[in-house]
Amino acid sequence: MLEPTSWAGLAPAVAEIYLAIAACVILMVDVFAGRRWPRLTPSLTLLALALGVALLVLFGQVSGRVVLFDGLYVEDPLGYVLKLAGFLFLAFALLYSRAYMQLRSIQRGEYDVLALTALLGIFVLVSANSLLTVYIGVELLALSVYAIIAFDRDNAVAAEAAMKYFVLSAIASGALLYGMSLIYGLTGTLRLDELVARLSDPLTPGVILGLAFVVVAVCFKFGAVPFHMWLPDVYQGAPTSMTLFLSSVPQIAYFSLALRLLTYGLDGAVREWTVMLTPIAVLTLIVGNVVAIVQSNLKRMLAYSTIGNVGFILLGFVTGTRAGYSAALYYTLVYVVMVLGSFGVILLASRKGFEAEELDDYRGLYARDPLLALAMMALMFSTAGVPPFVGFWAKLRIIQELWATSHLALVIIAASVSVIGAFYYLRVVKLLYFDAPPAELPTAAQPSAVRLALAVNALAVIVLGVLPGPLLDLCARLLR
Amino acid sequence: MLNTLASDWLALPAPARSTVWILIVTVGLILCVAYLTLWERKVAGWMQLRRGPNRVRIFGLLPGLGQPFADVLKLLTKEVIIPSSANALLFRLAPALALIPALAAWAVIPLSPSLTIAHIDAGLLYVLSLTSAGVYGIILAGWAANSKYAFLGAMRSAAQIVAYEIAMGFALVGVLMAAGSLDLGTIVTAQRPGILGWNWFWLFPLFVVYFIAGVAETNRAPFDVAEGESEIVAGFHVEYSGIGFALFFLAEYANMILISALTAVFFLGGWQGPFAGYPLLGATWLGAPSFGWLAVKIFVFLFLLLWFRWTFPRYRYDQIMRLGWKMLIPVTLVWIAVEGVLAYYHVGPWRPPG
Amino acid sequence: MRRIADGGRDGRIDMLVEILFYAFATVLVASALGVIVARNPVHSALGLVVCFITSAAIWLLIGAEFLAIVLVLVYVGAVMVLFLFVVMMLDINLEELRRGFTRFAWLGWLTAGVIVLEIVGVVISHAFGVDVGRGPLPEPPGYSNTTELGRVLYTQFAYPFELAAVLLLVAIVAAIALTMRRRPGYKAQDVSRQVAVRARDRVRLVQVEPEKRA
Repeated sequence: MLEPTSWAGLAPAVAEIYLAIAACVILMVDVFAGRRWPRLTPSLTLLALALGVALLVLFGQVSGRVVLFDGLYVEDPLGYVLKLAGFLFLAFALLYSRAYMQLRSIQRGEYDVLALTALLGIFVLVSANSLLTVYIGVELLALSVYAIIAFDRDNAVAAEAAMKYFVLSAIASGALLYGMSLIYGLTGTLRLDELVARLSDPLTPGVILGLAFVVVAVCFKFGAVPFHMWLPDVYQGAPTSMTLFLSSVPQIAYFSLALRLLTYGLDGAVREWTVMLTPIAVLTLIVGNVVAIVQSNLKRMLAYSTIGNVGFILLGFVTGTRAGYSAALYYTLVYVVMVLGSFGVILLASRKGFEAEELDDYRGLYARDPLLALAMMALMFSTAGVPPFVGFWAKLRIIQELWATSHLALVIIAASVSVIGAFYYLRVVKLLYFDAPPAELPTAAQPSAVRLALAVNALAVIVLGVLPGPLLDLCARLLR
Repeated sequence: MLNTLASDWLALPAPARSTVWILIVTVGLILCVAYLTLWERKVAGWMQLRRGPNRVRIFGLLPGLGQPFADVLKLLTKEVIIPSSANALLFRLAPALALIPALAAWAVIPLSPSLTIAHIDAGLLYVLSLTSAGVYGIILAGWAANSKYAFLGAMRSAAQIVAYEIAMGFALVGVLMAAGSLDLGTIVTAQRPGILGWNWFWLFPLFVVYFIAGVAETNRAPFDVAEGESEIVAGFHVEYSGIGFALFFLAEYANMILISALTAVFFLGGWQGPFAGYPLLGATWLGAPSFGWLAVKIFVFLFLLLWFRWTFPRYRYDQIMRLGWKMLIPVTLVWIAVEGVLAYYHVGPWRPPG
Repeated sequence: MRRIADGGRDGRIDMLVEILFYAFATVLVASALGVIVARNPVHSALGLVVCFITSAAIWLLIGAEFLAIVLVLVYVGAVMVLFLFVVMMLDINLEELRRGFTRFAWLGWLTAGVIVLEIVGVVISHAFGVDVGRGPLPEPPGYSNTTELGRVLYTQFAYPFELAAVLLLVAIVAAIALTMRRRPGYKAQDVSRQVAVRARDRVRLVQVEPEKRA
């Protein structure tokens, strides 16, 4: 029952092991040197992420499914790619938020440690092969995120957002645990790959009850509609650097949560959970896109835009096919790239004592900061799904798969909300380019490295849009 | 006669035999507590160049020998005052809650090679859980009395005990790593014979930490901020009189004996003789295991506790927290790591893994 | 119960265990009720302590002594102490919090009803397809569940075990990051400086020329 305990045998789990050690080391460095050299910890964290990528590429590559730790852990090419993406996205998120946090003197070493442990939670979810590891991954991520939201502890709005997220998320964790315990009790196994074999038609009412709880928990994590109440408040209330973090990197985890739990573990109940997910996805699409129109705060607008995009990701799952899941994977990756850039722009546009949160703050940004406006334009076009940009392909893939599985009504709904959604994204572009700038706003002076990163980010949206082939192929291959 | 008595004894059902042993141990303990109070006052007297209690005699024997009984009689006959705004039920319950864990923990302590009242697999955890439950008596007493001084004492005590519990637990992690078992009997037998084979030698930092944490757990000087006569009168038991006060007194001294016994068991080979395995001496009574050795070790630690009390000034509250969190816990953590390395490379008297 | 009954011990012990079980179960249910109906929050918290202790006792009866002791150690010994600490410090007025409580009573009854139905479904009607008749097998003599738990925790479940440790670390880091603040004007001792101090840092001997009488 036990695998040989050799270090070489653990190589596929190198990312998790490395990350746990790195978080501890950075924590210790910060404790002893953080006050004297406040810039040390953020730089060290970026370095640690780079080293993580290197280690993962050198040792962590797998050609097929590798099951480790007595069946609790699985590593496959999908996990490998998602972990690489996790390192990359987190590096961008930290890079963007650095100057913002330093200016507001909320840059403390614990933030970097918590970001790393959140990433560890994400990796655990990505590689979960057991209900146990799924739950621990969810908790590890959630606990880090609570603290990250409330990190600016003198900010009452952020504290309120954190409290709201904490309470609701605790209920969702309870639902997840309750559903899992029902499923475990009725099937007698925690392992997701064994669960598949033990779920056979017809499902007992107990399993369906458990499944319902699991679906509720997954939808809560995504912020899908009846469970989305926390999302706009948290996105708006948290400091923008924290919003950037929690809107971007954890999406990988939520995607993996749905993928590992629903499509791998509960594949036997695919009919049942697609039925449950369909109305949720439709509601999510409609509410997210319609309510976003009336928002005057950019962060809140992007929060509703997140909800709308979650609807698309869920539609990928609703298809119930491998191709559909790969479309959802593609959508998730693309969406994270876009949301990183969008919040990155907000971070770069704000200065000490001024949060560029309201839509009105972006009037005529083109005149003040052409690069920022250009990046924002690319990102907004892409999120709206305008053809040459990558967002178009993401939406197209989802709709294609819905078409292929003959969900005609869903195709119509998805297409029409895309059109509605395009309105408020394009409104931002109009503000940037065609409105006169308010007189009193000074230009932002940001470190050039960060501006370069943002340029790369915006460029990625264009390049991936012009050459969508490689990433699409990759996503299709990972989920074949 | 003796033979029939012995066979009758063995014929008794196990629960009955345990009950008899429980009675013997409890009564013995209470007597020990009584004389420990006398001993403390004597030691204090000598340290302060006084004589200590020397009036009450029993049967005309040593002066002062009857003092504990006189004290008990006095306390028993005094009026029990319950403050009018106190929570009467909890106020009455608290002294008992303080005393019970101190007595119940003796169930798992190996008194001699053949005598342990209850063999529990997780005996060490049992002891830890009971010593930590002892804090309820103190915080309830402080709260139920509805008095500011009592409440302050209770809060101090709760924070202090929870903090030192951690250092104590970590020190015990080292002990159970050395023994490979949570059973107190095995912990004693796993220590190599001879005074240098016992745990204190290889786990010296843990030994020191454990004993300091033990002093703090019993709320004894220099960690007696929960009573702190000069600041909060008498702390958590300021409102108690008569038998209620006597029970708290009993609990404190019973806890002292318990902590001394546990230190002896964990670090000083329990009932093992100090010269076991040594040439010449090992064959005599000096090397033979017996209850007597355990008693001697307990006495030594008790004397240390008294010595501390009359030597050191009281710590300030923040100093207590600093000592607990920033000194004792890191020391234990480091030494657990060192012990792990030593055990991995088979340096020292460790059991082979597995 | 079943495990002990299968063990082939004599009937008197069986009966004793049965009596103990019902005694503890009664206390458990009563104190659990006490937790929610007590007017005084400290009494509620104490009721919860009694709950923990009696459930530990019930676990002992089915031979799960490690879990029972750890329940007492962790929940009674640490968590509830801090809980009481906070409840006592805050002096919560539950009466005020309770106002309007009965408005949601129907929700509570509904939930309770659903749970009762589920229990009935599992135990009596087998509607969930659970095999309830099978108790755990009797353990061989010399079986120690502490050892067994240790064995699986450090081998089979090493991965989630380590992750749980990271989770606790995150909890500590988060708690400290959110609560520890350095207020301006905060005075603290720096013990290392206190220890390192020398007499010449404190006392400066100066040679003062005596005043000349004018």
